[in-house]
Amino acid sequence: MQSNSKTGVRTLTMAQAIAEAIGQEMERDPSVFVMGEDIGKYGGIFSATTGLLDRFGPERIMETPISETAFMGAAVGAAAEGLRPIAELMFVDFFGVCFDQIYNHMAKNAYMSGGALKLPVVITTGIGGGYNDAAQHSQCLYASFAHMPGLKVVVPSNAYDAKGLMIQAIRDDNPVVFCYHKGIMGLSWMSYFEGSTNAVPEEAYAIPFGESRIVRDGRDVTIVTVSQMVQKAAIAAEQLAQEGISVEVLDLRTIVPLDRAGVLASVAKTGRVLIADEDYLSFGLSGEIAALVAEHLDTIQLRAPVKRLAVPDVPIPFSRPLEQAVIPQVDAIADAVRALMRAQPIHQLQQGAQA
Amino acid sequence: MQPTREHLLWMYEKMIEIREYEETMAKVYLEGKLPPKIQKGLAFDIGAGPVPGEMHLAAGQEPVAVGVCAHLGDDDSVVGAHRSHHFAIAKGVPLDAMTAEMFGKDTGLGRGKGGHMHLFHVPTKFSCSGIVGASAPQACGAALAARKLGKDWVAIAFFGEGAANQGAFHEALNLAAVWKLPVVFVCEDNKYGISVEKSVSTSVASNAIRGAGYGMPGVLVERNDAVEVYAAAGAAIDRARRGEGPTLIEVKTDRYFGHFQGDPETYRPKGESAALRQDDPIVRLGARLRAEGLIDEAQDQALRLRIAGRVESAFAFGRNSPYPDPQDALKHVFAE
Repeated sequence: MQSNSKTGVRTLTMAQAIAEAIGQEMERDPSVFVMGEDIGKYGGIFSATTGLLDRFGPERIMETPISETAFMGAAVGAAAEGLRPIAELMFVDFFGVCFDQIYNHMAKNAYMSGGALKLPVVITTGIGGGYNDAAQHSQCLYASFAHMPGLKVVVPSNAYDAKGLMIQAIRDDNPVVFCYHKGIMGLSWMSYFEGSTNAVPEEAYAIPFGESRIVRDGRDVTIVTVSQMVQKAAIAAEQLAQEGISVEVLDLRTIVPLDRAGVLASVAKTGRVLIADEDYLSFGLSGEIAALVAEHLDTIQLRAPVKRLAVPDVPIPFSRPLEQAVIPQVDAIADAVRALMRAQPIHQLQQGAQA
Repeated sequence: MQPTREHLLWMYEKMIEIREYEETMAKVYLEGKLPPKIQKGLAFDIGAGPVPGEMHLAAGQEPVAVGVCAHLGDDDSVVGAHRSHHFAIAKGVPLDAMTAEMFGKDTGLGRGKGGHMHLFHVPTKFSCSGIVGASAPQACGAALAARKLGKDWVAIAFFGEGAANQGAFHEALNLAAVWKLPVVFVCEDNKYGISVEKSVSTSVASNAIRGAGYGMPGVLVERNDAVEVYAAAGAAIDRARRGEGPTLIEVKTDRYFGHFQGDPETYRPKGESAALRQDDPIVRLGARLRAEGLIDEAQDQALRLRIAGRVESAFAFGRNSPYPDPQDALKHVFAE
């Protein structure tokens, strides 16, 4: 932690920012508590709760058995009583052992009660690959949660956003799935993209959901992205700038709600769009953004067909060259942008043929 | 623990009300679903009629609901499963709004969005779920909240014997015991998981035995009897309120109807349901009340008439209420 005591702004890792946000909300609101595996003495496997046990004690930082169904269900039951549980699903890949409580109950009970019931639960969960953890510990899966009505889905790319979005998530009266990518948490045991560690004010602040952020302004191509891929896209954009290609990087920050207006405004400006996604290619975020753009071709003139980069519908392989091949890397993003700059939509090709 | 006079009369009244409700629903449910009103070749049309969808009735299982809920107040939570009308009625969920929900009406508990398997009533802390085994973890959460808020409230998870083979059951019982939560797990053994007999699905004769595996008392109520359930539940609920932790209770009970209405019940010996009805727990409790002079024949008749009127009025309310505006389907996904 580097600090500037005059302004109260320090440089924090994303993990530190998340833990700080949870701690500040726990100070403010006694109904907030945390449940999960290894969140106490260990401080969370990905350090999202470091230091909280010492401050709040075991009644509010509750170590659970390895029983995700039990404690996700307990979160539903406690939230129905007016508490605000935070439940950590250590790896998002583990949702398979407890999804009934999440998508059949947490996500639907408010609706099935006709609005009588509120379930203010935050699920925190580690996502993403890039460190050779193979198919059961490397997925993103945020689109799977986003597909289910009734869950808000937050996918931060840096410490500043993570703090504000976490505070917003805890204050929200709905279930929120807060997905932190392991490769931007700033852990001491996993290399990470340094752009994710940034200046974070000490005081509490909330970032509203559904507001994307323009990470880098550009005029030729829009890269729509989230999470760790934002950091990769920023590096690719810097390289492309050397070649004279001006890239706009749009960080969605939340995918439910989705900032549709923000996407459309950026794509209308640049006329070219690449969706860079670490989740699976088919039936997911990249298809959703492509469909959104397609539905607005009456107001947006594309200068090239929509392009998507994502995991090509295979499980995440273990071996380094295999994993690097399926998870889009900086070079793949840069290549995709170059391809977009070469491509021409059919109406331009036809005009060219007539001329 | 023996019931007071008031509790005996309350259990009797609520059992009659539940039975009246379920027998009425059994008939109303079939309206519009049977030939000749439906297309040829169909035996039954589940989506037709004023009460569409599945319908799981609890006639015969009244003792479990009243024997437990006699000990509860509005601040205590109940989480039920797919067959939960008896629990809702015993917990005090308003009959009108509950019935309107089953008719899919705007005046229903969930404004027509839940239906009979998904009833939510916040003031009495009642909810239920169509997913087998899902109630146990949620009751743990309600119990955890009670403890965090410093209240002596308890939470009850009701589920069937089939649900006791779900992973959720195992996880929830362990969690409740580890955290010493004020929760009581009440298993209704009605002998069948849809069509599958308990001996085919379950490794032990009684789920009460399983309590030992979690370090909690396991109590078997061998008779489908309100007073016996009352005694076992009372001890468990008192223990929970004292902060001494959870209890598992299994009650051997009887399901008079099929798994759902329209179930051909080919798996059941002929005449089984009729034989079960010969040992009706309502008749038994009525006989005791008369023998002890707590109620006479005229009072019994008057009580039954009052209940029939209450149920009739709830069904009329459900039937005559307006449907929601189709556009309302888009509301309530998220809290405002």
